[in-house]
Amino acid sequence: MSDATTTGPVLAADGTPLKKSLSKALRRQKIRALMLIAPLLLFVTVTFILPIGDMLFRSVENEIVSNILPRTVVELDSWDSTSGDLPDEAVYAALAADLLIAVENRTHIKVGIRLNYELSGMTSLFKKTGRVVDDFDPDLTFAEQFIDIRDDWGEVETWQTIQMYSSVYTNGYFVSAIDMRKGPDGLERLPDGQRVYITSMIRTLVMTLAITLLCLIIGYPVAWLLANLPMAKANLLMILVLLPFWTSLLVRTSAWKVLLQKQGVINDVLVWIGIISDDSRLAMINNQAGTIITMTHILLPFMILPLYSVMKGIPPTYLRAAKSLGATNWTAFWRVYFPQSVPGIGAGAILVFILSVGYYITPELVGGPSGKFLSNWIAEFVLARPNWGLAAALGAILLGLVMFLYVLYDKIVGIDNVKLG
Amino acid sequence: MALDDLKNAYVAFDRVQKSYDGEILVVKDLNLAIGKGEFLTMLGPSGSGKTTCLMMLAGFETATHGDILLDGKPINNIPPHKRGIGMVFQNYALFPHMTVGENLAFPLEVRKIGKSERDDMVKAALDMVQMGDFAGRRPAQLSGGQQQRIALARALVFKPELVLMDEPLGALDKQLREQMQYEIKHLHESLGITVVYVTHDQSEALTMSDRVAVFEDGRIQQLATPADLYERPENAFVAQFIGENNTLNATITGVEGNMVAVDIDGGMKGHALAVNCGGVGTRTILSIRPERVALNSDGPNKADAKVMELIYLGDHIRCRLVVSGNDKFIVKVPNSAGQKHLVVGETTPISWHSEDCRALDA
Repeated sequence: MSDATTTGPVLAADGTPLKKSLSKALRRQKIRALMLIAPLLLFVTVTFILPIGDMLFRSVENEIVSNILPRTVVELDSWDSTSGDLPDEAVYAALAADLLIAVENRTHIKVGIRLNYELSGMTSLFKKTGRVVDDFDPDLTFAEQFIDIRDDWGEVETWQTIQMYSSVYTNGYFVSAIDMRKGPDGLERLPDGQRVYITSMIRTLVMTLAITLLCLIIGYPVAWLLANLPMAKANLLMILVLLPFWTSLLVRTSAWKVLLQKQGVINDVLVWIGIISDDSRLAMINNQAGTIITMTHILLPFMILPLYSVMKGIPPTYLRAAKSLGATNWTAFWRVYFPQSVPGIGAGAILVFILSVGYYITPELVGGPSGKFLSNWIAEFVLARPNWGLAAALGAILLGLVMFLYVLYDKIVGIDNVKLG
Repeated sequence: MALDDLKNAYVAFDRVQKSYDGEILVVKDLNLAIGKGEFLTMLGPSGSGKTTCLMMLAGFETATHGDILLDGKPINNIPPHKRGIGMVFQNYALFPHMTVGENLAFPLEVRKIGKSERDDMVKAALDMVQMGDFAGRRPAQLSGGQQQRIALARALVFKPELVLMDEPLGALDKQLREQMQYEIKHLHESLGITVVYVTHDQSEALTMSDRVAVFEDGRIQQLATPADLYERPENAFVAQFIGENNTLNATITGVEGNMVAVDIDGGMKGHALAVNCGGVGTRTILSIRPERVALNSDGPNKADAKVMELIYLGDHIRCRLVVSGNDKFIVKVPNSAGQKHLVVGETTPISWHSEDCRALDA
């Protein structure tokens, strides 16, 4: 034994500690590896991580009010919103000054739109006020003149809203996203008719789970066949599985519309056979059933392929061994084959679940009002009535939900127990 | 084979045929009777039909024609799990998601044997293969030899009377393989079970078996004890397949009792034991074992041979000679005192006894 092992760190031939020498030798390799992935890293950062970070940031960001109405925000700070009194003249004066600049920059409508998310009528209030703000008469009080333009300026609620959303960061979008609003006495739930997002979240989860389960039930036997048929037949079946993959998503979705609608092929056949009467045709499209059927079909390959690759790796001798040991076909399958296919089920289920929970185009086209996902709301707030903050908050909640389920899955099944190929 | 024989046998194949595609017979007219407690090996090159026979016996393949009898009863229509036959697979087929103990308990569980009795049986089976301390391990944590023992224990734990083994030692290294051969042999003797063993390794077959069935082209070429198989092969295939063998092509010129006079191609004349050859004028293949050829001219059959190659193997020297045009004629010269030392290129007289030279089918 050399004395290096007994007296201290192992030394390399030139006398430097072996650890140091090793890390020096490996550094060059690490740098080279980093250079190789640098383009991808850059691409992912620029096109994926930064936009997502920016979008998530928008769910709490609220600079617009304090940027456009800086004086008002400062003056309003000292106003007691719970007193029931209107703010004093200084606040109105500050607002007039802010609006003059805002109108010049044409930003007063933006702040109106922002505040309109919280209190309806704000957009038109700011629009109308903006038109006349430079005609103010210096002899009269600003308060009178503002109230003269629109009674709303004389409402405590208007000022409460401006004050509440004057901070640079807000949790307001998240509050809206869980069907609540910030009242003067803290959070309160929205009235019954206006609660949409929580319902949509639950519906999204339930439908996604239903789709995942259906994919598993339908996909498992197909994957089994694929893995166990002779090569020529398995290849043909594989093409049939992949064929939908090669067809445009819109074409497949439209095809389901044709099949499922009231005057569609399936209803026609059912009526013709006599299972249902002509005036009680099934509603299978523009509702939850339509979304579930169509998305199950679209996402099926994502369940079959990982299952297939795992099953392909299970040698048929295991089943034979089980049978030779006295197990019936079912016992052999359930005790020996199925446990070994669980990694494939895990991989397929996670793939289908994550893809489906964020799906947008298919529920939009075939879902109708009851078959819509949370992602449809997000799309609406990005495209139709822009409220990116709320869209970002809903997106963040969806992301958090998926991550939570992922962790839950890891705890129950174990993420090592997932095999994609 | 007499029908009586089939009736009394423990396992019997009665005119069994098997085809996978309806065009080619993989097993052609198989008749085989295996006695109770016998160790029978099916030996043959790959594609000779031996594994198919084993799978038909296990119930994983159905016979296209003919009956397979177990203890006098036809089992063609009994599913594998009701046959009660233990089986050891080529790659062990230990269930990877179960521990060794669970693997062994599996056949007992499906037979609804109570927990305490089950534990005792598992422990006894593990002790039998000297793996008593490994019940809690997973198969992946075991070496090849250990997995092999577990596979063996699992096939035996439910006390089957018939155990099938499908090239169970194929994946082991030479030393371990030889050790396992003796262990399997001893287990067979101490348990009194019937074993049907499939292998393509002739030394394995000769070491372990009571009888060996040599398969080729879907037929049993010869069914005999290891000694008979080596010393008295009935046809050219068996002579060639079992052990090392020198062949000489010849024409029969006369028949004298159980001996024939032959003209060996290349001009030499000699005598050989008539085993499986035709009458005067027909072609035959003469088979002579390398260790039965002497490097002198004392025997009745003499020839001159040119030394082509010498390979030193410690206890003996392998000499490759040219004899009557056959340049793959091997002679084994023991490395002992008094033996002549050959030199490559020289010509040496060789001779053999007529009884050691067998005239077989051409």
